[in-house]
Amino acid sequence: MNIIKVGMADLNVAKSPDRIRTTGLGSCVGVVLFDGQNKIGGMAHIMLPDSSLSKGPLNVAKYADTAIPKLIEDMERAGANRRKLVAKLAGGAQMFAFSVASDTMRIGPRNVEACKQVLHEARIPIVAEDTGGNCGRTIELDSYTGILNVRTVNQGVKEL
Amino acid sequence: MKFESFGDFQLDVLREIGNIGAGNAATALSKLISKEIDMQIPQVNIISFDEIADVVGGAEALVVCVFLRVLGDVPASMFFIISIESAKNLMKELLGMETKEEGSFDDMELSMLNEIGNILAGSYLSSLADFTNLNMQPSVPAVAIDMAGAILSYGLLEVGYSGDFALTIDTAFFQGNEEISGHFFLIPDPDAFSRLFQALGVPFE
Repeated sequence: MNIIKVGMADLNVAKSPDRIRTTGLGSCVGVVLFDGQNKIGGMAHIMLPDSSLSKGPLNVAKYADTAIPKLIEDMERAGANRRKLVAKLAGGAQMFAFSVASDTMRIGPRNVEACKQVLHEARIPIVAEDTGGNCGRTIELDSYTGILNVRTVNQGVKEL
Repeated sequence: MKFESFGDFQLDVLREIGNIGAGNAATALSKLISKEIDMQIPQVNIISFDEIADVVGGAEALVVCVFLRVLGDVPASMFFIISIESAKNLMKELLGMETKEEGSFDDMELSMLNEIGNILAGSYLSSLADFTNLNMQPSVPAVAIDMAGAILSYGLLEVGYSGDFALTIDTAFFQGNEEISGHFFLIPDPDAFSRLFQALGVPFE
């Protein structure tokens, strides 16, 4: 069994029995897709909601609207069935409590909203989520069971 | 302008900026606790987003961080990062108070850490503003105790729209036998550099 690492603004696919993980999700959202029949899991570490604001060369894994379609495509190529996919979400926290909440500081909730919108358009049901709050998260998916472990500093590990 | 293409001269200037800013902040800290603070030579790094938390122990390392945005001519994100143990020692030095619980902080302690961050960031920025004659205002600071990766990613949001690398000006400081040690991080937004270099008469394309 290998553990496949997903960096910030990155995405990857894991086949059973491998696991796939990403660390230190703050305002970023970890989108996990899972095909339980073919035992294939995918994960994206999404940083920003909307690629139309991109100024440089486009890294599709960075934005909700481009990362999720790319993840679906990569999973299909790895043998997953698009119609079997379910999604789990984690992250999108507000790490800092500013008295004046600017748009930038609200990035976590905005990322979550954007991911949900894109998943809705792709007709992928969200079966579990651990989003919002004010804590960082590390997540790891078991591509055999589809169980997502979410670790936080204060609450330990919980299963989604 | 692309910081990936900066030459040695530009990087030297940015290092000097770290030197001036962090030097003043270290002096302020030293006055607060009446002890000598040593500082390392500032590091200017152009790093991928994944590497950003490496200097403070990795994305999952638990850190205490005061974060604020720099507003004005040189938009940037500023972080004052110390370990839990350093934060406890810092409070002991300042107030002579022993903290009760391992690893946790009450509201009073958090508010104090926030204020320390505020003072240090303020001295960092005011020395830079004096040096460059540019307008730099700190936002209201906020404190968080959590995974370094989750915290530092806030400094990458503006940079994130234009690329996959960030330029960080990182200055490490320590007191005595590392009883208190930490980092000042300045991560300028991409459009901060041209104004900064212009103000200092540094040529750039």
